[in-house]
Amino acid sequence: MAIFINENTRIIVQGFTGKIGSFHAQDMINYGSKVVGGVTPGKGGQTHLGLPVFNTVKEAVSEVGAEASIIFVPPAFAADSIMEAADAGIKYCVSITDGIPTQDMMTVKNFLRRFPENERMILTGPNCAGTISPGRSMLGIMPGHIYKQGNVGIVGRSGTLGYEAADQMKRLGIGISSSVGIGGDPINGSSHRDILEHFENDPETKVVLMIGEIGGPQEVEAGFFARDHMTKPVVAYIAGLTAPEGRRMGHAGAIISSAGEGAAEKVAILRELGVHISPTPAAMGETVATVLATL
Amino acid sequence: MDIHEYQAKDILSGYGIKIAEGGLAYSSEDAVQRAREIGGHVWAVKAQIHSGARGKAGGIKICKTHDEVEAAASFLLGKRLVTHQTGPAGKVCSRLYVEAGTDIVKELYFCFLVDRSSERIVMVGSAQGGMDIEELAVTHPEAITKIYIEPAVGLQDYQAREMAFALGLDTEIMSHAVKTIRGCYQALRALDVSMLEINPLVVTRSGQLVALDAKMGFDDNALFRQLKISELRDKTQEDPREMAAADRGLSYVGLDGDIGCMINGAGLAMATMDMIKLAGGEPANFLDVGGGASAERTEKAFRLVLADKGVKAMLVNIFAGINRCDWIAEGVVQAVRKIDMKVPLIVRLSGTNVEEGQRIIKESGLPIITAETLAEAAEKAVQARNEVVAKEAAGEI
Repeated sequence: MAIFINENTRIIVQGFTGKIGSFHAQDMINYGSKVVGGVTPGKGGQTHLGLPVFNTVKEAVSEVGAEASIIFVPPAFAADSIMEAADAGIKYCVSITDGIPTQDMMTVKNFLRRFPENERMILTGPNCAGTISPGRSMLGIMPGHIYKQGNVGIVGRSGTLGYEAADQMKRLGIGISSSVGIGGDPINGSSHRDILEHFENDPETKVVLMIGEIGGPQEVEAGFFARDHMTKPVVAYIAGLTAPEGRRMGHAGAIISSAGEGAAEKVAILRELGVHISPTPAAMGETVATVLATL
Repeated sequence: MDIHEYQAKDILSGYGIKIAEGGLAYSSEDAVQRAREIGGHVWAVKAQIHSGARGKAGGIKICKTHDEVEAAASFLLGKRLVTHQTGPAGKVCSRLYVEAGTDIVKELYFCFLVDRSSERIVMVGSAQGGMDIEELAVTHPEAITKIYIEPAVGLQDYQAREMAFALGLDTEIMSHAVKTIRGCYQALRALDVSMLEINPLVVTRSGQLVALDAKMGFDDNALFRQLKISELRDKTQEDPREMAAADRGLSYVGLDGDIGCMINGAGLAMATMDMIKLAGGEPANFLDVGGGASAERTEKAFRLVLADKGVKAMLVNIFAGINRCDWIAEGVVQAVRKIDMKVPLIVRLSGTNVEEGQRIIKESGLPIITAETLAEAAEKAVQARNEVVAKEAAGEI
């Protein structure tokens, strides 16, 4: 099962013929992802990496049955590309692009809300490493080989910290159903809570690891969802215990802006809500293993 | 990106917001000259630094004679002002804004900002202006009005009126209040403003609504399309190390500890800093080298970390995805050879081509301490730092 993508998901790459798009498209193909083409406006009709290039997402949907899309378009044009994907009927979209203006993301979110829920495209990112369902499909820029297939779901804002978690789990022989990056931006397509809901509904996922950071209300909101609507255990690690207040730490999202958003406060609230806490970033794998052992 | 009060006021007045007459001064002679041009009998001499709470820090002086203006200006120029927003290092004042005194009847608080939870722009106001709004939010949350703007249609007049009534404004200035609020919203939308705060917004004796202070922050991601705003950047108000890092495409935040860090990815960087702290150490900095850590970039990052003379040990933690450990290892070896490193270096590599990376480090013959896991890396870094401190105490270094 896994969530969002599997071996049959038909993928297109937006910003296909650019340097970064080409590199990662090839990497995804090598991993075994079913990439069926790409979109670069003005280059429709050409062939790139042995696959068709389309001028619009609509053409890609009607001609090669694209269902999922990954965006490598530069930040100034990324919001437009996301909306084009949503309008063309793409079901799941990952925006790798970082540096998209906040107001553009507000427009995107507002645009997505216009669609009825059952027809609304799911967006993860921007500013993320993408999604992988190990052994089946990779829609992202992560090193695929560090992920072992299994039954733990991962959701996190950070790319490399997600790799760290996958690596710790692999060393302990624990596999992953899907790993989803939601990105570090203040306004993102899907929240921790949204992804927890998908993992709850995925029969293959037994435990979910949530990797959070300082700043923003999303981890706490996800904690309430876990308590009220989930049967599966959730393990969490919150990065930024040492981050000083009011400072920006690379991710636009990682800003402590108001009370209840510091790492220690988030940890205390999550623990109260029944979420299993990984006390250190080095213990994410072990904590998951301990929880798995109780099932 | 933040801008100064005088810059924000200049922008806002273009959107129909009333401000007091004022001028910029770089010297005490300038300041007196501005006071002469403005005329009147009362002037406010205001330190231009990127921080709120300037008044409490002594950054605003009310003057009644030209001599007082000159004295205030001499006192403030070059002075380092410390507020709760600047951190203990404070910020140096190198510009002054001299403004006509305003006859205040009422002080209000007003701001617009992007709210992360609702993913909307929110307008916040309180009839109790002038004081610390953060404190007010805790002690009297009912005294604060929040109005959310629907992004599809934008701010509506009824919402501006609702805010004006909540601010306790009289009906006589209602239309001016609506115009002021609309003007702020237009500026926010047009210029990719992430935060616009007017504290205080005042009602004057002559019945006008005047922005007595103005603070604006802009979305860094949108600066590519706000070239005029980018030009307002005042680099003297920013941490020089952070600026140097930004110029080199690195993300750096200076901290108070003594273990230097170079890590790829913001999340992993924060997690590594947490690990250092849990192992009993304190990080000297946050440094995200990003995805494409070339040899050149690695060397720049090393120089940046080691420019902090307080650093007693350095930890490199790279989880290679797009990167490859062998490239990183070569970069590290090159950097260490080029920069005469005096402090112990701990390197932890993981991910793509890790065996090859470890081999390069080992075969370099350099005294690099290696670690396999995150926990081991942090422990070794703290241990190495403690050894350096002990040697220093024993007078061996």
